[in-house]
Amino acid sequence: MNMQVIKTEPATALAKPPVASVALAPKQAPNYDKYIKAAKDAAARIIPPLIVFALLMVFWELLCRRAGSTLPPPSKVYQDTKELIFDPFFDRGGIDKGLFWHLSASLQRVAFGYSLAAVVGIALGTLVGQSVWAMRGLDPIFQVLRTIPPLAWLPLALAAFRDGQPSAIFVIFITSIWPIIINTAVGIRNIPQDYRNVAAVVQLNPLEFFWKVMLPSAAPYIFTGLRIGIGLSWLAIIAAEMLIGGVGIGFFIWDAWNSSHISEIILALFYVGIIGFVLDRMIAGLGKLVTHGTSVS
Amino acid sequence: MTPYLKLDHVDKVFTRGKVSSEVLKDINLNLGKGEYVSIIGHSGCGKSTMLNIIAGLTRATIGGVILEDREVNSPGPDRAVVFQNHSLLPWLTVYQNVRLGVDKVFAKTKSRAERDEWTMHNLNLVQMTHAKDKRPSEISGGMKQRVGIARALAMEPKVLLLDEPFGALDALTRAHLQDSVMALHQKLGNTIVMITHDVDEAVLLSDRIVMMTNGPSATIGEVLDVPLPRPRQRLELASNPVYLDCRKRVLEFLYERHKFVEAA
Ligand SMILES: Nc1ncnc2c1ncn2[C@@H]1O[C@H](COP(=O)(O)OP(=O)(O)O)[C@@H](O)[C@H]1O
Ligand SMILES: [Mg+2]
Repeated sequence: MNMQVIKTEPATALAKPPVASVALAPKQAPNYDKYIKAAKDAAARIIPPLIVFALLMVFWELLCRRAGSTLPPPSKVYQDTKELIFDPFFDRGGIDKGLFWHLSASLQRVAFGYSLAAVVGIALGTLVGQSVWAMRGLDPIFQVLRTIPPLAWLPLALAAFRDGQPSAIFVIFITSIWPIIINTAVGIRNIPQDYRNVAAVVQLNPLEFFWKVMLPSAAPYIFTGLRIGIGLSWLAIIAAEMLIGGVGIGFFIWDAWNSSHISEIILALFYVGIIGFVLDRMIAGLGKLVTHGTSVS
Repeated sequence: MTPYLKLDHVDKVFTRGKVSSEVLKDINLNLGKGEYVSIIGHSGCGKSTMLNIIAGLTRATIGGVILEDREVNSPGPDRAVVFQNHSLLPWLTVYQNVRLGVDKVFAKTKSRAERDEWTMHNLNLVQMTHAKDKRPSEISGGMKQRVGIARALAMEPKVLLLDEPFGALDALTRAHLQDSVMALHQKLGNTIVMITHDVDEAVLLSDRIVMMTNGPSATIGEVLDVPLPRPRQRLELASNPVYLDCRKRVLEFLYERHKFVEAA
């Protein structure tokens, strides 16, 4: 049904111009073609997931509408959370805030922890990639440390910082840093000898070499690491916040569970998914922008 | 007369673990200022290794390189290299690739505006100003090599080192670039060391041709003077007896006396 409606629109648009003005037709035709092609591309990408989403909703509704179901159907989720959806900005003090505030608190923690991980991770990755001795010394340690699950760090962080906020940021940091280090190191090790030779002939100093050759050359690898890192950060923050409490989407979910507000959990999960997706796309997009032209040599 | 550039008893042994292989043995070569010398030899005999030793990118195991009475053993812009596969940095534009070297070499002696002008001047020498804002991936192989030459020239090197600069190009582009390099040499008077495996290219461009024996332990087998007056025209040379004789002697060296034996 949906597909039909969308598809007929460009068709009518195409039919119009020759009738409207004959003189302009040759000039405008390519433009219309372009729009039609863009619309078709967009439709091909948007419509299939929409259909699947709608089917899932229907399925879920049918499954959970029966009496005695433990989870609410989508219609009930919507009714229960209408207030939260339409007023994300309320603030009644404490942790009784709109979803916007919870999400932004979580995002702030991620921003801190992740930025720190990016800077330290790229620096350490460069060291490990550049120096054989640094690699021999550090790599085995990294390989062990990176297998420690994020939440296992939390009690230690709480003991060290005696406060939830820095502990959560530390967990983000320690979770996302490993893929950044490892991928950066691989990128640095893969810098073609030719580029090193060019830098040597021009006599770039180490700092110039880092900014002008190493970073751009390793950028595709670095961004792979950064992208894995942002995903892990978002995974870790939700879990960490459930334990540290306070404002944040993780604790919001936990709190909703404790008060048996199942619909709120579902709404929160929906937001968490969307934001995780957007974060991933942001880093991917940034990577594309920065490494424009780099991968072709 | 003291030579401008001198390779003095250069040996090179590569050692990897317990295995060591002697690539170059007892290389002695003197170059006068403004001379154009080609190094020709079969693939794998150690030509690039020799060039890299002059450039300072590889250290000689024994012996050394002397440029204007000073030993050189680390890389520097006074021995600019044009690499075989252009080696332009793909994230920089054509202009930025050339400017990178200019900024380093003339950091103290030229103002910002002068460095810009000098960069453009060198792009103009190789006729690449039209593509100055393009990235290496957007220009042809011949153009990339031109930019590589501009980058090297812009450093005002004492010696210009060319490692099979036209090896990857088609015949027409190659001929065109050879003419450009000849014209630049005529105009700027650089001292040039060029590696090639193309006999015609060697005879056409060089004042002297250094012929390498096969490796391992390759050394200089013979040095041939090319007494052709400059400027040289490739069409006229095609029937020039001196040219043909030089060509024949190089061919004899490569394909009779030092035939390349394929490793079984
Ligand atoms: N870094 C290196 N380590 C070990 N062996 C090398 C190295 N570089 C070159 N060689 C060896 O030295 C020989 C000469 O190489 P090269 O100078 O590149 O030859 P050409 O440029 O004449 O084709 C080859 O057998 C090559 O395997
Ligand atoms: Mg070579």
